[in-house]
Amino acid sequence: MMLRYVFRRVLMMIPTLIVISVLVFTIIQLPPGDYLTTMVNELQAQGENVNQERVAYLREQYGLDRSGVEQYFHWVWGMLHGDMGHSFEHDKPVNEVVGDRMYLTMLVAFVTTLFVYVMSFPIGVYSAVRQYSIGDFTLSFIGFIGLATPNFLLALVLMYMAKAYFGTDIGGLMDAQYIDQPWTTDKVMSVLAHLWVPVLVIGTSGTAGMIRRLRANLLDELHKQYVVTAKAKGLGPIKVLVKYPLRMALNPFIADIGNLLPEMISGAVIVSVVLGLETTGPMLLKALQSQDMYLAGSFLMFISLLTVFGTLISDLALAVLDPRIRLDGGRNR
Amino acid sequence: MSREPLEHYVNPAPFNPYAALELTPEQERYYMASQWRLVWWKLKRHRLAVISGSFLALMYLIVIFAEAVAPYQLEARHVDYLFAPPQEVHLFDEGEFRGPFVYGIDVTLDMERLQWVYQEDRSQVNPIRFFCVGNDYPGAGYEFWGLFDGSFHLVCPSPDAPMFLLGTDRMGRDMLSRIVYGARISLTLGLIGISISFFLGITIGGVAGYYGGVVDNIVQRIIEVIRSFPMLPLLMALSAILPVTWPPTLIFLGITVLLALLDWPGLARAVRSKLLALREEDFCVAAQLMGAKPGRVIMKHLMPSFLSHLIASATLSIPTMILGETALSFLGLGLRPPVTSWGVLLNEAQNINYVVLYPWLLYPVIPVIMVVLAFQFLGDGLLDAADPYKH
Repeated sequence: MMLRYVFRRVLMMIPTLIVISVLVFTIIQLPPGDYLTTMVNELQAQGENVNQERVAYLREQYGLDRSGVEQYFHWVWGMLHGDMGHSFEHDKPVNEVVGDRMYLTMLVAFVTTLFVYVMSFPIGVYSAVRQYSIGDFTLSFIGFIGLATPNFLLALVLMYMAKAYFGTDIGGLMDAQYIDQPWTTDKVMSVLAHLWVPVLVIGTSGTAGMIRRLRANLLDELHKQYVVTAKAKGLGPIKVLVKYPLRMALNPFIADIGNLLPEMISGAVIVSVVLGLETTGPMLLKALQSQDMYLAGSFLMFISLLTVFGTLISDLALAVLDPRIRLDGGRNR
Repeated sequence: MSREPLEHYVNPAPFNPYAALELTPEQERYYMASQWRLVWWKLKRHRLAVISGSFLALMYLIVIFAEAVAPYQLEARHVDYLFAPPQEVHLFDEGEFRGPFVYGIDVTLDMERLQWVYQEDRSQVNPIRFFCVGNDYPGAGYEFWGLFDGSFHLVCPSPDAPMFLLGTDRMGRDMLSRIVYGARISLTLGLIGISISFFLGITIGGVAGYYGGVVDNIVQRIIEVIRSFPMLPLLMALSAILPVTWPPTLIFLGITVLLALLDWPGLARAVRSKLLALREEDFCVAAQLMGAKPGRVIMKHLMPSFLSHLIASATLSIPTMILGETALSFLGLGLRPPVTSWGVLLNEAQNINYVVLYPWLLYPVIPVIMVVLAFQFLGDGLLDAADPYKH
């Protein structure tokens, strides 16, 4: 049964991915002219002469002379083989330009997700069990602020405070000497030492939202009759909480990873611009500004892929947790 | 024939068989109230929502009368006061009450650090004026809504000395005035965006929910695809491809439409699920049997049942739009000067070394957070009140 559900769920991803890739490719193609024409125009405007042969060669090499549909298939075919296309601005394959940034992006997203769950679980349970206590009020208030403060502004304010009061720069994901260096133990340590700032900044709003939802779900459960019955039977407070209500409230908590992951990746893009992280975010921005659309499109595709897989993971986790979902194949969701 | 008096009390009033059905005046008032009245009563009990609502109402009033609220006109430059720090408002000068006033500004050029140094000139007392009319200081005159000239200001500096309560920016423009004008763009963008998204959500969600079947399936898939895109990067990519040659107003509209295009799926989903549940109800079937067309059934019979809920959801997604625009403009991909929004203002705060020297560039953060919080609280309150029959 479980296997069938997994199979069906994975199958459902395919049309979604196809539509996403078409959309991304349309975005790549939308700016008038292609990168080569822009480049040639710019060079001519600066009075430099352009090697027409080279232009023609590039045009053929990247399939710019073919029709849109053909270009699309060319692009998708490359993607399937791990070739993300060619960055015109850097005149290098996208893979090379991106390098470590991809992994660092995934690392930041992964650690932030962990952070959100680790932080919000105990706080959410505490707030629900001690509803309307001073602790609950304080945490809810902080949560609201966290929810309302866009994370890039939080990053900006933190940067300012660190610089103005402590004279330190909290930007970056590693010390400057390690950038573009091969991975060593020291580099890993440096990354770990820098990681907490972006994780905190990106994770705050997610944590706040998570706490609120867990609290609401748990409160709903705690007000149900069976909890009263359990208490009346004389079960201890911990057992009353953990045996059923917590498990029921956990479902939406797990399911939320599907919402959390895109939120975090989106947030990470702009936060990493502010904090100057060596992730894909600043690169995406630069690529968009210079209309280096292959680079930008590949990023967009990659980020969307992460999101789609995040949703898949959450659905599978949910299916493991809740037999109702895997038994009717998710039809009623 | 006399009987023993009964042992228990008997009410001598004539028996009224309908007593159980009659209502006290309060009950009558409650039971006869329209749904909207009930929503309003319930909302009024939510104190935080009421405070937030009033705050937002005030903000939108400021938006309407931005020209009169801001002490200076948007582009008024004070070239002698670049990056001037915020001035303090004082009430007492050497122990003597003078009403609210600011001290004069003393400007010197520090040749060693090549920096303007601003100091309070305690000998100069410049009272702040209220409700003043007249073109008696630079930057006073404006065109109200671009339609007619005016010079009325709620608060204005004394005629011969400038007043920068929140400092000035790189071109010597008053930050307070720019934040007030920025509110106009940032807040209206949220409203226009949500109107478009609301319209799209109701139409598409309505059609999907009402017809069900194939239409529903297609709409569901579209919604799924849009939602599986990470919003901000997609938004960045889309706004990056808006032609650079477009005039600022067109860019403003373009950004608004983009924000709405990414926002409607949430609303459409809510409309659809409500409609799917409601269309099976008797009153809906009755309307259909009487020959009402789908549009009429949706608008006239179904919509009122969940409109309040929908408005609450819409209120909650306005801040997302405002933040979206702020983020885009902050990155330089959104609105561009001369259009001034809070995001455009924050764009100047992108360089952290600037911000450390001139921290008042960060001030636009405060209204952004306050407005977002207010919309959150109001939306939460509305969501609670949206279903007045639930206790």
